[in-house]
Amino acid sequence: MTLETPLLTITGVSKAYGDVVALDNVSLNIRQNEFFALLGPSGCGKTTLLRSIAGFEDPDVGSISILGPDSSTPINLLALPPNKRPVNLMFQSYALFPHMNVRKNIMYGLQREGLSKEEIAQRVEEVLVTTGLTDKASVRPAQLSGGQRQRVALARAIVKRPRLLLLDEPLSALDRKVRAEMQIELKRLQHEVGITFVVVTHDQEEAMSMADRIAVMHEGRVQQIADPVTLYAQPANVFVADFIGSGSLLHGTASESSFSAYGSTFPCHNPDHISGGAVLVLRPEDVRVTGVTSTDNPLLVGTIIETHFYGGSSSTSVRVPEVEDVIVASHPGAPQHHVGDQVGLSWDPQTAVLLQVHP
Amino acid sequence: MSTTTPTSGRGAARRRALIGRTVFAGPGLIYITAFMAIPVLLVLVYSFFQRGRFGGIVWEFTFDNYVRAFEPVYIQVFSNSLVIAGTTTLLALLIGYPTAYAIAKLPARWRTVALVMVVLPFWTNFLIRTYAWIILLNSEGPINSSLVDAGIISAPIGLLYTPGAVIVGLVYAYLPLVILPVYASIERLDRQLVEAAGNLGASRARAFFDVTLPLTLPGVMIGAIFVFVPSLGNFVVPELLGGGKTVMVGNLIRDQFLEARDWPFGAVLALFVISLLVILFAMQAAISRRINGTGKRMSSRA
Ligand SMILES: Nc1ncnc2c1ncn2[C@@H]1O[C@H](COP(=O)(O)OP(=O)(O)O)[C@@H](O)[C@H]1O
Ligand SMILES: [Mg+2]
Repeated sequence: MTLETPLLTITGVSKAYGDVVALDNVSLNIRQNEFFALLGPSGCGKTTLLRSIAGFEDPDVGSISILGPDSSTPINLLALPPNKRPVNLMFQSYALFPHMNVRKNIMYGLQREGLSKEEIAQRVEEVLVTTGLTDKASVRPAQLSGGQRQRVALARAIVKRPRLLLLDEPLSALDRKVRAEMQIELKRLQHEVGITFVVVTHDQEEAMSMADRIAVMHEGRVQQIADPVTLYAQPANVFVADFIGSGSLLHGTASESSFSAYGSTFPCHNPDHISGGAVLVLRPEDVRVTGVTSTDNPLLVGTIIETHFYGGSSSTSVRVPEVEDVIVASHPGAPQHHVGDQVGLSWDPQTAVLLQVHP
Repeated sequence: MSTTTPTSGRGAARRRALIGRTVFAGPGLIYITAFMAIPVLLVLVYSFFQRGRFGGIVWEFTFDNYVRAFEPVYIQVFSNSLVIAGTTTLLALLIGYPTAYAIAKLPARWRTVALVMVVLPFWTNFLIRTYAWIILLNSEGPINSSLVDAGIISAPIGLLYTPGAVIVGLVYAYLPLVILPVYASIERLDRQLVEAAGNLGASRARAFFDVTLPLTLPGVMIGAIFVFVPSLGNFVVPELLGGGKTVMVGNLIRDQFLEARDWPFGAVLALFVISLLVILFAMQAAISRRINGTGKRMSSRA
């Protein structure tokens, strides 16, 4: 944790469309040069937040400010029209100008800054090289593939060298393979150009693999802001635990050092002194598949419904009659059991996270 | 043997699609062929023959009708008409574009109301609407009297029976034909493109001229053609509001068929207007393709 002043400060921003609350008291800070992800299911307000930063939506209340170029005084962004904000947005649909070729699309933002012809030409050529678009420079967007369009949109935004680059689901339109390549390329670009990135995504793996910090959003509210590891190991609430990673949730009641659910009582680690309605989060890597005898001392007993072998490791999905979620255990090596086998499940009480359920 | 079986997958599907398309397109195609293509063909044929004494055609081949169309008096009528139709088009665009833009920015339920109001005049008789302009424009009419009352002019001025009156009447008649296609193109324009321009540093005016205007140009051109061509061919407005002093191509064509009984010459004049229409539409299509960068779409899809 550093104490430097954040680049972007969002404080208490709310926005409603009629009855739909798109943003509900959102506050977050974005640090200089970080790769920040806004993660949440579709409709949780991610686009609305980006559009508010870029100036295309007016929050009902709250403030958004960015550090000035001298890095000392914050500038009130909400007072500036979109074209005066030192922020660039890469639109979810790319929004490339169909009547301009790739080079003109990229040049457009620099021309608006009134730079010299030479500087514009030089910067455009540079960014064409960085994004691998040199041979597409005189082609119209209609003649490009999805991945190429995405790169033009990115080039058009980064060529402006904004303090803050906002990317709205930049990779969602791409197929799996191209997406993986692009994730790496985005990371590389961020290092190369030294711009602060805010990436919106609904794909938790994407956020986890790319971002320095992630804000998880749900129904217009920020649920938790943390680095990927913390988010996974210490989810702040049930929504985050469920949304991040592939854990199974046990619903029950907590008391000082035990958790009761489905007629059984399990030992548990309860550092927050939760009591009443609670959820126990079981991550696949924490769950062990055991025998069913009393010497094995299983915590739950169920039937294997699926096994997967991934080469180096495998996963076993177990259906426990009372539990809604299928419980998944992962372990190194090949599967040890077969579909249909009766097995026991156990876990280390220290590793399973206990979360309060708010009624 | 199998090559002739019609059940072989793709061939049959294609045939079914073709039959389907013919069934749906059929009535429209027949209608257009019967009432559009055949008359145009007749006009084309007439234009190469000689006039009958009391109308009709004498079947003796000649190019005279075409030669005659280039006589100075007709050139004058043509250039007159082009100026009047051109001015009408320009004015209609200058009024129609902002109107269409404003309508497209209205909340959804007001948009429909506004569009109905735009086409409302079409539900009353064209002649009646044009006569109303006579009342408005004549020397005792409300325009002249309010100008006199306001002290802007001392005596009524001649508004009626001028080319200006003809233009006013034509703009009024065809304004909806500009507003509708322009509205459609503004409505269809991806709002995010304008936002993207703003995000890249363009002021609102700049974004309008760099993005909105070029991308709505195809609609603008359709609107322009919809006004220009019928203005050229209109003969009611020049007669009623121009007092017969302003002769336009439309009047000339009408006179050839109904008064001079010179069908072949009328046919030549009509063909000029039709050719102009075809050329304008071809230009519109070419420019739209260029603007959207879809000119080579077929090859890039391969
Ligand atoms: N212009 C708008 N008018 C009405 N409702 C909107 C508008 N924009 C967004 N919303 C609503 O606000 C919520 C958040 O939308 P959005 O920010 O686009 O979510 P996300 O990008 O996370 O998918 C959704 O319920 C959406 O339907
Ligand atoms: Mg979105």
